[in-house]
Amino acid sequence: MTNTIATKSRKVSRRKFVIGSAAAGGGLALGLHLPFGPDAALAQGEAPEINAWVVVKPDDTCMIRIPRSEMGQGTLTGLAQLVAEELECDWKKVTTDPITPGQNLARKRVWGEMGTGGSRGIRTSQDYVRRAGAAARMMLLQAAADQWKVPVADVTVANGVITHAASKRSIRYGQVAAAAAKVTPPDPKSITLKDPKSWKIAGKPMKRLDTAPKLNGSKVYAIDIKLPGMLCAAIKDCPVYGGKVKSVDEAKIKDMPGVRKVVRVKETAVAVVADTWWRAKVALDALPIEWDLGANASASDATFAEHLKDGLDAEKSNGGWQIGDAPKAIADAAKKVEAVYGTPFLAHATMEPMNATARITADKAEVWAPTQNAEASLAALSEASGLPLAKCEVYRPDLGGGFGRRGGTQDYVHQAVNIAKEFPGVPVKLIWTREEDMAHDFYRPISRCKLTAGLDQDGKLTGLHIRLSGQSINAYLSPSLPVGGPKERQLQGWYQEPGDSQFGYGLPNLQIEYAMRNTHVPVGPWRGVNTNQNAVYLECFIDEVARVAGKDPLEFRRSMMAGLPKHLAVLNAAAEKAGYESPLPPGVHRGIAQFMGYGSYSAAVAEVSVSPQGKLKVHRLVLALNCGHAVNPDQIAAQVEGSVAYGLTATLYGECPVKDGRMTDLNFDRYQIMRLAEMPKVETVIVPTYDFWGGVGEPTICVTAPAVLNAVHAAIGRPVRSLPLRNVKLA
Amino acid sequence: MARLNINGKMRDVQAEPDTPLLWVIREHVGLTGTKYGCGVAQCGACSVHINGEVQRSCSIPLSSVKASDKIVTIEGLSPNASHPVQKAWAAIDVPQCGYCQSGQIMAAAALLAKKPKPTDQDIDAAMTNICRCGTYQRIRTAVHLAAGQGGASSTTGAERQG
Repeated sequence: MTNTIATKSRKVSRRKFVIGSAAAGGGLALGLHLPFGPDAALAQGEAPEINAWVVVKPDDTCMIRIPRSEMGQGTLTGLAQLVAEELECDWKKVTTDPITPGQNLARKRVWGEMGTGGSRGIRTSQDYVRRAGAAARMMLLQAAADQWKVPVADVTVANGVITHAASKRSIRYGQVAAAAAKVTPPDPKSITLKDPKSWKIAGKPMKRLDTAPKLNGSKVYAIDIKLPGMLCAAIKDCPVYGGKVKSVDEAKIKDMPGVRKVVRVKETAVAVVADTWWRAKVALDALPIEWDLGANASASDATFAEHLKDGLDAEKSNGGWQIGDAPKAIADAAKKVEAVYGTPFLAHATMEPMNATARITADKAEVWAPTQNAEASLAALSEASGLPLAKCEVYRPDLGGGFGRRGGTQDYVHQAVNIAKEFPGVPVKLIWTREEDMAHDFYRPISRCKLTAGLDQDGKLTGLHIRLSGQSINAYLSPSLPVGGPKERQLQGWYQEPGDSQFGYGLPNLQIEYAMRNTHVPVGPWRGVNTNQNAVYLECFIDEVARVAGKDPLEFRRSMMAGLPKHLAVLNAAAEKAGYESPLPPGVHRGIAQFMGYGSYSAAVAEVSVSPQGKLKVHRLVLALNCGHAVNPDQIAAQVEGSVAYGLTATLYGECPVKDGRMTDLNFDRYQIMRLAEMPKVETVIVPTYDFWGGVGEPTICVTAPAVLNAVHAAIGRPVRSLPLRNVKLA
Repeated sequence: MARLNINGKMRDVQAEPDTPLLWVIREHVGLTGTKYGCGVAQCGACSVHINGEVQRSCSIPLSSVKASDKIVTIEGLSPNASHPVQKAWAAIDVPQCGYCQSGQIMAAAALLAKKPKPTDQDIDAAMTNICRCGTYQRIRTAVHLAAGQGGASSTTGAERQG
């Protein structure tokens, strides 16, 4: 299997990493900047900025600055709730303001990290955003106390109204904001944050702050950007990854309506620029392009299958971890169970296709882009334009879906900038067709997994050996992160350490190994990343073993979870809510699964039926989640519901077949997405324990597939070991 | 030159006759609430009403639309987002990323105009637009809510605008 593209991409990634670090303005190296401080307390515009996070206008509007991207996951509202909670303002008067990476850079990264992935938006910023809200409150109170010449300890605040009870005086935030902006900010260490039990805004099911413009067509996504004199571009990258453009017959389209120029984008792609996008797209379709397909044009699912099988069988792996001696325990066992599972490549298929608008002049480079990592976008803009970071700016409209596609890679920003460089001063909007989007994703990686278990006479699991063979995201995108070894991302959810993605069973003999087998297909994070595949492999296999042991799947799991109380608690919460012990209607079957990812604990119970003709119906899914702190229960429920839809689509239909080195399924007619009619009833049980902060957007997706597959196993009496289900005869 | 009646207003557009209505609406008329998702009438992000029927505008060439056809986009569904479907969507907090929701709302409004009290089966059959965020459960709830709040008796935007 050749790896030219991966190698090339690695070099690019390293370069990006250096620039990305520069974009951080040293903030990363220095550790987190305090969210407020003298350099932050600058007044901006007419409204007083209390600190970098909070601007209070004379009419009491509290504008909260938001550095993270909003792509539907609700982080914008959640962050505002956390700031507002400590600020003690009137929630009805809260607005939000998305800061740009240029602003962040100019202010020494006062807003910290902007990257929005890995379910980190709230959990990794909750502490400093709450301190920022609290500090602003303290400054507003101090300003009121100073005005009244009373001790600050004697004033109180509720809903943005400060009161001095003894003198029966009160004043609104908007009235003291200008004075508060001049108050010396408190020492962050002196701030005591509220006990979540006393929360009034956070922890409550507040309505999202960003819904209204999504109801009447007024919301502007990056794809909707209109700028004076703007041109539009359509693009085709070589369908085989690693291939190049050989030749282009520009003359054939030069007289087509609206066409301005054909642009070669790096060595691999061709774009047509026209006055409208549709004209650019029509001309590009008519443009004869000859490709040099390169070394990967014969790769296919069949060659990948051989490659992955080799990873399962090879003597050596890239490492992992173990306790006890699993191979010996299995060899000595009374019964042995073995199975090989597999999952395919998957595309993200965000509803808003990749796009970016760029405007490049000799001393200014600007991009409007849907991005999960605006600082990576800024770095990409600087690199592609050749202008220093200080002369670059990225505007970041909310995204029409992200799911991990629009993070660090920023391929579409690189392309848009390269095209726009051909038209100095003229904004150019690049939009990918759905076909281009499906053909040039960073796909959820393929893998195969062989699991072997030993059972003693009593049906107790004495040894488990897991050999995973598959493509590494780290190797492709982030060589600075571990490649191979016990912390390889491919082993997500199977880590030995507690805290983030801990293996969910305590076993006397366990061996987990990862054999890296890369392909030429680009891979990347896909909502839930490797917890998806690993939860299917482990949790479906545990069901197989339970059946061989003659045990109920839930009881069998519980018997191995004594040392994992949080894993066990969510499993029990899901089982209880689902009525696991109660009888089901005739023909309906249950499946259960539990897993950990993104610092949170998840479990699911699925109820399905399979008709005599083999038609599957998923009736109900109950999901339990312990994400530590629940900032907005209704939005957590929305994320759980959404994760079921995304996860169930993958379970039922998701696959990206590869033939002749390229993707074959390029639109929704073939890459089938679950519709409303197939959506099961989803019930969400949130069981926060308030002793940690876990993620929300991703953790529950991974338990959906194994819960459903285990229910299917119960229904048809045999396991399904290969996804998607549409390829499996259930009758 | 073609003449189109969009949201009750006559518009002259200069576009090739095979240009999809979606791109006429987005690029020539400048209304961007109607979205591009697939271009092959699969996802429904481009849904508009034409003479009260929900249609996927990405697959309708400009040449097949007459000046007398009443086209309604999400921007013309109601003034001030006051259509029962829009109100129900707000009450249930349906949207996540929101990109598909213009199409979802247009599909739901067309459904309720035909079936004031839709059953779950009616909703299954009519609401076939793709949502990658997975708001399907809330869409179902919101359609029922809109029906209960008079989505039934309301006219579609097309009828009202006409």
